[in-house]
Formats: sequence, structure tokens, C-alpha cells
Amino acid sequence: MGASRKRQSYDGVVLAAPVTVPYRRYSKDSAHWWIGRALKMLGDAARLGAADIDGFVVSSFSLAPDTAIGLTQHFGLSPRWLDHIPMGGAAGVVALRRAARAVQAGDADVVACIGGDTNHVNSFRDMLGSFSRFSQDAVYPYGSAGPNGSFALLTRNYMKTYGATREDFGRICVAQRENALSFPYALMKKPLTLDQYMSARAIAEPIHLFDCVMPCAGAEGFLVMRESTARAQGLRFVNVLTAIERHNAFPDDMIQYRGGWTLDIDEFWSMAGVAPGDIDLLQTYDDYPVISLMQIEDLGFCAKGEAKHIVRTHKLTVDGTFPHNTSGGQLSVGQAGAAGGFLGLVDAIRQLTGAALGAQVKNANLAAVSGFGMINYDRGLCTGAAILASGGSDG
Amino acid sequence: MVDALRPPPKKHPTRRSPVATPPPAPRSRTGIFFTAYAARGEFRLQKCEACGAVAYPPRDICAKCWSSDLVWTPIAPEGALVAETMLHTSTTPYFRDRLPWRIGAIKLAGDGPVVVAHVHADASDGGDVRVFARTDKSGQGVLYALPEKDTENMADDHALREITCDPKHRRILVTDARTPLGAAMAKAALEAGAAKVFLGVAQKWKPFDGQEALLSLPNTEIAPLDMADADSVTELAASIGSKVDILINTAQFVRPGSAMNRRDLVTARDEMEVNYFGPLRLLQALGPIMRARGADGANSAAAWVNCLSVFALSNRPAFGLTSASQAAALSLSQSARAEFAGSGVKVVNAFHGPLDDEWAQPLPPPKVAPEKLASDVVGALRKGLEDVCSGDIAKDIYERWRENPAVLERELALTNLAD
Amino acid sequence: MSLLKDLGEAVTSGSVKIVDLSHTLDPDFPVLVLPPEFGQCQPFRIEEVSRYDERGPAWYWRNFSCNEHTGTHFDAPVHWVTGKDLPNSSVDTIDPSGFVRSACVMDFSKEAAGDADFVLTAEHIKSWETQHGEIAAGSWALFRTDWSKRTHAEYLNLKEDGAHSPGPDAGAIRYLIETRNVVGFGVETIGTDAGQGGHFDPPYPAHTLLHGAGRYGLQCLRNLDQLPPVGAVVIATPLKIKAGSGSPLRVVAMVEE
Repeated sequence: MGASRKRQSYDGVVLAAPVTVPYRRYSKDSAHWWIGRALKMLGDAARLGAADIDGFVVSSFSLAPDTAIGLTQHFGLSPRWLDHIPMGGAAGVVALRRAARAVQAGDADVVACIGGDTNHVNSFRDMLGSFSRFSQDAVYPYGSAGPNGSFALLTRNYMKTYGATREDFGRICVAQRENALSFPYALMKKPLTLDQYMSARAIAEPIHLFDCVMPCAGAEGFLVMRESTARAQGLRFVNVLTAIERHNAFPDDMIQYRGGWTLDIDEFWSMAGVAPGDIDLLQTYDDYPVISLMQIEDLGFCAKGEAKHIVRTHKLTVDGTFPHNTSGGQLSVGQAGAAGGFLGLVDAIRQLTGAALGAQVKNANLAAVSGFGMINYDRGLCTGAAILASGGSDG
Repeated sequence: MVDALRPPPKKHPTRRSPVATPPPAPRSRTGIFFTAYAARGEFRLQKCEACGAVAYPPRDICAKCWSSDLVWTPIAPEGALVAETMLHTSTTPYFRDRLPWRIGAIKLAGDGPVVVAHVHADASDGGDVRVFARTDKSGQGVLYALPEKDTENMADDHALREITCDPKHRRILVTDARTPLGAAMAKAALEAGAAKVFLGVAQKWKPFDGQEALLSLPNTEIAPLDMADADSVTELAASIGSKVDILINTAQFVRPGSAMNRRDLVTARDEMEVNYFGPLRLLQALGPIMRARGADGANSAAAWVNCLSVFALSNRPAFGLTSASQAAALSLSQSARAEFAGSGVKVVNAFHGPLDDEWAQPLPPPKVAPEKLASDVVGALRKGLEDVCSGDIAKDIYERWRENPAVLERELALTNLAD
Repeated sequence: MSLLKDLGEAVTSGSVKIVDLSHTLDPDFPVLVLPPEFGQCQPFRIEEVSRYDERGPAWYWRNFSCNEHTGTHFDAPVHWVTGKDLPNSSVDTIDPSGFVRSACVMDFSKEAAGDADFVLTAEHIKSWETQHGEIAAGSWALFRTDWSKRTHAEYLNLKEDGAHSPGPDAGAIRYLIETRNVVGFGVETIGTDAGQGGHFDPPYPAHTLLHGAGRYGLQCLRNLDQLPPVGAVVIATPLKIKAGSGSPLRVVAMVEE
């Protein structure tokens, strides 16, 4: 087989209209309701209707028995391009990539990208029990701790291998809580100190209470379109400089300590034409802080095992030297199922377009956004990342 | 080191008995193969016939070469505990009631995969462990990691006792103590630390060999029990039903003969009466009580043991009608296993060849000494096995049955011609 | 027929007492034990069909099963090979007049208490007759041993060499049949023969001779100590089982106060 063809740029495609349907801890409403509310907000923001939105991509865990196709009839959409992305924490970046190529190729003009889930009182447990076949056979019967158990094992291993400490994870959590205090939709509204973090009860050692996200209901969305369309609709937008995804990387690693980003990292930066030092804000997928440390390393912000130094030497808040998870991340906003895979991306669009709902990163021009998802058995399988740049705006 | 399990206190007079809740039971169809091997104590994973890779979790396609030729192969128990965690929360009531709970990621030796397993308290993080497969309280296969070397009180680990049916501190009912098998079973259970053995004796007016010796054993008590008598079974359930933690059905009615060399149904009815209706009556009277006590502390109800002729699997023509009644008993055990599933009570089938008793007197060896069957049953309880074979004939027939039941049937028919 | 009218009034008034000679049909009541290669006598078995529940909301009833020789029971001539060719020798065909007969009660309870293998001989019977008069033709000869007061293992009294319980020898039975022409022989033990009767000559003389002569047996009787030596009337009506060799039954006796 010949060498891979060089990745093509995303020139001319933009992201616009970031929307968040305010989260709730529990919801009696369906996933259809949450995704539908996001669609309505997208339409309102862009002044577009069903006739204009000809592409639709959805990510959700709680739609069963429906999928994206069922939603078209439910919502009265007649798209000429449709996708359903069951990739959890990587779904936002993956949706972006798919939609951008569709728009670029002319398969669609405007793609609505939505991740959303409801959270009934029992739905989290129900989802865990049937999350994947491998999980059903080989993980859930062992303590039924859900992702807490799996991440506890890889956190333990990461700490042993790289000397990261609980305080290092705590720095991520404490900074994100500070970010969340100004983000209107965050479910966690109280400040968090490192002492409180350290003295929290154990969940699955070494994971403690504040290392865990809180399942909730919510939805996130954005639109993908040609730059000319965004300008015509008067939308502020961001450009896509680069985007990667990789699945089931390093299947022979005994236990996960790295993700698929590392396989594509050189092309990732060269295609963007920027370097890690140029990035103004980083949105990692933070289902557990250890995964944020792993992303900081695997995306090239430091060498493997060195993320502990980043979190020790930088201020990670919106106003800090290493702005990270600007909305507060899932750790402080809540994990609304598949919306968690969109949260960082949507807030990056807001930050880069000067439309932050809470604190605004000053002079934010470049954002790196990363996704990670689907603990199918013992490790997260999906990884993705993108670099977004502030675009022009006729605003 | 695990603290030695203390004899459980007497039951609290006013506190509600915990309701048995099952650990997660759903498995893929391929995963059920793992369970089926685990139930008889075999640790097997799929090995690719094409490339030799060991696959885990259970799957249908080799991840290395895309072959679908995956064969369940015995796996060496050695492994290393790569990472462990103590769980303090769980989404299922079963584990919530038993927290904290230790699990770990274990790299199996050689080219073995990484498996998630329940981990014994004495296994050290980073150290070597021994992994085995067994069924949990849902009756589904799970992996469990023991420390590299046996430790003191190892069997008393709370998570290990969840997957074993250890007789220690438990109360055992031997349904028919009149026979040498019954006596041997009672002795073996006591030696394994049973708190008490109830000796089921039918028709007390009929004396039996070894009666005095049996009654002189410590911690035994006669339990009048005529499995052919519904009232007797009901009375037994009323008097000791809530104290039976392990039931071992030793009652058997074995007679030579097949349909055409018997003239009537009298003996066949006796065979069904003892081998099938008896256990059925017991199940109806005692089963619900035991099922309700599957999570009742250190001496929870744990096992329902059937001693079955291995010819329950395939008819042995010389004992054709006894075999038929044993087949009925086996089928009943399957029904019972499904009914007990999730209750914490395992149905254990101990298959054996001809016992060395009066009914096998004219048969050539090998025959199974009652003491051997008793020791195999107690061993199975300690290990938490659901299917066990006692003696060479049982092992041989069982293996041949697994290999090809239709061929075994023909082979056994030929032995009849030879007889 | 003032006789029966008087009898009816006597029974009602209690001047003629009804004595129950039967044991309860109980699954735990001993039955004859044979070496296990023979067919066995089935104990009494009961299975509930419904008891005011979903199986039958307003009624309680049960199935039972047993051998024809379970519990207090009647032996018909056809029970034994010696009686197999006699006419009308099964419970459904025998002359019902035999079901109601006067009875004499020969009390050898003291002898049996001292010797479980006590053997009743013709001499014993003759000696009894010197006290109580000749046994009436056509009556039941009942052999009192107080064996019915034993329970469980003591009742069957099984040892390594078999059961040990009292019974008649051939001479006693021949005397009863040939000299006294009794309708049958009744006992408190599990069989009309002694526990060791298989070693007698002929083996099982009571079964062999009684049934060969068309006479009946009654086993597992009780309360014989409540009957006078002579003067009681026994009512023993076996179930009308097609070709039955015997039958469990309720045996009662009428006794004048």
C-alpha cells in the first residue's frame, strides 16, 4: 500500500452558533426533548429553519429505541446528510470532522451538530449495565462501579508510573470549579478548595468524590457551514485549522496510559501551522482529571508523564497562564451524557467569538479541543482533537 | 491477612433478613460459554486457532487476524496484579451491600490478556496472583484472583465466600443418612467445619447399618425425613427449614433393569419416587425458604447439592430405568438452578459412576467409594463449583458426553449387547 | 327382625360398644420389609390436591396411594399362591358374609412380652379353650400379643437375622382350620405369620394354610385388649378392589357392656 495521502485542509468551513440547553441534575423529559431544544436554539441563533438545515448529526445515549433517523421525523427535518455518532466523549470532535467534510464536499450546506441526553433517576445505572458487550461480559459484573472502577485502575497505574499525585488531580478540579462559578449553567455552584478535594470520601481508590463527574441532563450544539453562509447570516464563527480522530489505539498496552492522539500528533500540529505554545485555551475531556493530564501530554503540551509539572506550575483558570476547561468542564458543569463530548468544543467556539457566558479568556484566538470516549472494556477507545481559530465576523 | 471467620451470631430476633440481590447477570451469548466452563471450575478463554492469540473479553472474531475460529482453551492461572482498586460505591444493590469491594486488572502470564477480576484481600498490588473462573451469585462466570501463595484464613475472605459454598460454619442437611454415602457425607461436612449436620432418616422404624456410629458424631441431629412422604417433607421444612444452609441430597434408588426386562412399573415408580419426586418435594418445601436466605450473613443458604448418576446424561441400558429417573432428576436440577439463580444458592450436581455399595456389588471396578464422593462434594462446595465428577467412570462418561452425546448413546447401547 | 332393631338401639344407647381395632393410615406406619431385590410393600402416601386454596378454593382433598397390605389390612385367599385357584378368593368376590363374624380373643400378651419369638401352638389354643370354651365355627380367631402397643423399630423388631415377632406354627393354624373351621386369623403384628415364620415348616404357615383353605387374615389390629375373650362381633369390610389380594380397612368390633 502506498503512503497515506496528506490530510486536506478545512478551509472555507466554519463553526457557529454555539448553544447549551441549561443542564438539570435529573429530568423527566426525554432525550428527544433535550436535543429538540438544542435544535430550536440553533435555528433561533442562526435564523434558519428546517428548510435550511440540510445536515443533521446527533450523539446521545438515551434515545433508544430511536436514532438520528427517528429524530428527523420527530423534528420535521428532511436532511440530505445524516449521521449518528455513538462516541460519547469524542462525539463533538468527530461530529465536527464529519460535518465539516460534508459541507466542504457540498453534501450539505448547514449541518446541525447536537449532543444531548436526558437523565432520569435510574437512567445512569441502566446505561451502565448495558453500555457495551465487553463491559457486560467482563467489567460490570466486577463491582458494578461503572467507569469509576475502570478509571480507578488506570489512575492507580498512572500515578505509580509517572509519580502524579492526588494533589495534581486536585489542581485540575479546583481550577475548573473556579471557572464554573461564573458559568451560568454549571450545576456545581460552590467553591472548591484543595483541602476539600483531598478530604473527600473515596469512591474507587484512588478516585475520590471530586474526581467524578455528576451525571445530569443537558444538550449542546453548534452549526457547521460555509464561511460565506455564516457571513450571510451575520454569525460570528471560528475556523477549523486541524482535526484528528483515532479509535482503539495501542490495543496491546497492558493498561491505558496514553491515547490515540499520539499517533497523529505531528500531522495535527503541522496541518494547523501552530505550536502548542500558541494555544490560548485548552479544552480537554475531563471525565476524570487523570484523563486531562493524559491529554495535556499526548497533545504535545509536554512530554509523557510531565503533565504534573504543567498543573503544578500554571494557573489553569480562565484568567490564568494555562486556561483549561473554561466553562468548568464536566467536573463542575455536570456530565450530560453525550453532551459531555460537546461541552468543551461549544464553549471554545464561544470563547473564540468573544461570546463567553462566564469569564472570557483574554485575546482568545486559538483553542485546542480534545475528546475521549467509550470505555468499551478497560480503556477509552475514541480520541479526537481539533484546533479552532477565531474567524472574522460581520456580527 | 484475612481475619478468621467467626461462627455467626444467632439470628437477630427482630431485624429483617437481608433480601438476596443478584450481581449483574446479563452476558453475551459467547460470554455464557465462559460461564459454562466456570461453573465446573475450568478457566478457559478463547484462543485463535489461526494465529494463537488469546482473546478477552469473549468475542466472535480474533482481533489479531480476524479469524472466527476461536476455541475455548484452558488458561494457566498465573498472572500479575497490574493495578487494583477498592470500590466504595456501586450502582447495584448486590455490591452496595458488600462494600468495600476490591477489584483489579491482572495481566495473565505469557501472551495472556489483561483481565478485570475480583481480588482477594491478601493479593498485593503489583504482585503475582492466581486467577480462576467461577460462578457468582447470579450463576454467571467471573474471574477471581488469589494471592500467589495460600494465606492463613484465605477461604474466609468475604468476596471469596461469595463465590464458594464453604461448609465452614454452615448447617447441612444430608437428606438420606441411612446409607454409607449419607454417613460419609455427614462426616465430610463436619470435617469441613460445618456447624451442624441434620441427618435425614426415613422410616425410623427400619434400623440401618452404622446407625450408632453416625449418631455418636458431634453436632449432628436426626431429622425425620421421608422424601416420599409429602407430610414428612413439610414437617421437616417447618422444623428446620430456616436452618438449612446447604442441602445435600444423598437419597438414591438404584436398581438394575430396563423396560423390557421388568414386568411392571413398581420399581420404576420407586425410582421416580426417590430420585425425582423426592427432590421435587424438597424443592417445593425447602427451596423457597433457602432462596429467601441466600444473603443471610456468614451462614447464608448457599447450595443445593444433587448426587446424580452420571448416566443421567446418557442412558446406561443395564440400569435403563434408573438412568431414566436420574435424567429426570438432572432435568429437575436444571429447573431448580434457574429458579435459584440470583438468590445466592447454587445448585451443585455431583455426577458419579457406580457407587461401591450393594447395588454395584456384581459390577467390576472402578467404583466410587462413598467417602470419595463425599469428599468430592465437599471439595466442590469449598470451591464453589456447580458441576463436579466423582470417580473415573463419571469423568470418562462426562467427557464423552461433552464431546458428542449421540456417539456416547451408541457406545452405551453397545455395552448392553456385550453384557 | 327385632334382633337388629335391638342391636341398633343397643349401639345407640352404648350398651353395645364399638371398639376401633384399626391403626391410623400414616405414612410413617411400618410396612413389611423384604430384601430389596423383591418388590416392596408401599407405605401409605398422601398428596394434597387442594386445601381451600387456588387449587380448589372451597374444598380440601387428597390423593392417597398404598399397597393392598398397608396399615391395618385384610388378606384375601388369593394373596398367597396356595389360594390362587380358589373360587371367589379376592376381596371383590369373596362372600361378604365373612365380613361380619363373632370373634374370640386368645390373650398371649404375657408370653409375647417375655419372648418376641413366641410361637402359638395348637396346645396353646386347646389350653385357652379349656378356660373359655371351644372356638365357634365360622368365627375370627384373634391372637392378642399387645404388639400393637409397640411403636417404630420395636414394632417390626428387625434384627440382623430378620424380624422377631410372635406368630403361629402350622399345627396351630391347622387346628383352627380343620378342627374349629374359623373364618380367619387376626393378629396385632404386621403379618399373620411370626417374624421368623419363613423358617417354619412349611414356611409362612399362616399364609400358606389359611389362604390355601380359603380363610382370611387380619393384620395390624389394635385394641384387642378391649375385647372379651368371647362374645365380640367383628366387622371387617375390605375395599371392593377388583381382583384385590387384600385391602386396608377400618376394623371395628361390637362388644356388649
